[in-house]
Amino acid sequence: MSRQHEFAQGARDMLPMLLGAMPFGIIFGSLAGAAGLSAWQTLGMSLLVFAGSAQFIAISLLGAGTGLAVLLLTTLVVNLRHALYSASLQPFVRHLPKRWRMPLAFWLTDEAYAVVLNRYTEADSSPHKHWYFLGAALAMYLNWQLCTLVGVLFGQRVPNLAAWGLDFAMLATFIGIVVPMLRTRPQVAAALVAGAVALACHAWPYKLGLLAAAFSGIVVGVLLERRNEADLDVDMEELA
Amino acid sequence: MDNWLLILGMLVITFSIRYSLFAFPDLRFPPLVRQGLHFVPTAVLTAIVLPGMLLPDGQHWALSLDNAYLWAGLATIAIAAVTRHLLATIGGGLLVFFLLRWALGQLPL
Repeated sequence: MSRQHEFAQGARDMLPMLLGAMPFGIIFGSLAGAAGLSAWQTLGMSLLVFAGSAQFIAISLLGAGTGLAVLLLTTLVVNLRHALYSASLQPFVRHLPKRWRMPLAFWLTDEAYAVVLNRYTEADSSPHKHWYFLGAALAMYLNWQLCTLVGVLFGQRVPNLAAWGLDFAMLATFIGIVVPMLRTRPQVAAALVAGAVALACHAWPYKLGLLAAAFSGIVVGVLLERRNEADLDVDMEELA
Repeated sequence: MDNWLLILGMLVITFSIRYSLFAFPDLRFPPLVRQGLHFVPTAVLTAIVLPGMLLPDGQHWALSLDNAYLWAGLATIAIAAVTRHLLATIGGGLLVFFLLRWALGQLPL
C-alpha cells in the first residue's frame, strides 16, 4: 500500500475507537472547570498531555485539593503501562528516524497501540506501516481535542452529564480489543490472572494495583506458553 | 498551585514514559521479554475492565442485580466473542448498557 493508503487506512481503522473515546473527551471538557482549570488550561491539558485516564484522575485529585507532587506521581504510575506499549512497538519503529519516533511516541494511547500493533503483526511487508501509525494516532488526537472542546463549550448545558455512566464506553472499547485476542490458553490465563489481581489490589494507592495485575498476567502467560512449548518438544522427540 | 505547571509536568512525565523505549532504537530485547510483550494488551486492558465492571465507583464492590456495568459488560463480552467486530461490540455494548440503566431507572431523565 502507498503512504496515503496506509495513512487513510490507519485513520479509518481507528473509527470505532473514536466512538468509544468520545464520551470521555466530552465529560473531561465539561468537568475540568469545576476542578479549577480554565477553559484554556482544559484544552491545553488535552493538547499537551493527551492521556485520558491520567487527565481524569488529575482533575478529580485537583478538585480534592491534592498537591502537585502527588498529582505528578499519580500521573507517572497511571501512565507506566505505556512503557509496556513503547517496548512492544519498539521493534517495529526502531528503523525510523527520531523525527518520526518522537511524535509517534507522543501519540501512543491505549487505543492507537491496539490498532497499530494489529497492523504491524500482519504478514505483508509494507515499508509504510508507520504512515498507518500516523493516521491512527492523528485521528485519535484530533477526536480528543474536538471532544474536549465540545465539553468545554456545551458540557455545562447538559445537567448531570457525569451521572449518565458514559464511562462505560471505555470498558466496551477495551472489551472489543481484548476478547478477539483470547485465542490461546496462555492468553486466556493472562487475562484471568490480570483481572483477578486487579480486583484483589484495587484499593492500592495511585493505581499501583493495575501494574501488579499487568505484570502478574504477563508472567503467567509466559510461564504457560513456555510449558506448552516444552510439551511440544517432548511430543516431537517421541515422534522422532 | 499553578495549573500550567501541573500540565507541563504531566506532559514531561507522560511523554518520557511513551518515548522510553522508542528512544533506544539499538536496544534488542531478549526472547523472554519479547514473549512477555505478547501479553501486554490482554493483561493491561483486562486489569482495567474487570474492576470497571465489578467496582464501578472504583471503591465499592457492586455484585448486585442493579449494577448495569456488570451485566452490560458481560453482554459486551458475549457480543465481542460472537461478532469479533469492534464497532458492533462498542455500539451493541453501549446500547445494552443504556437500555439497562433506563430500565433500572438510573438515568438522570
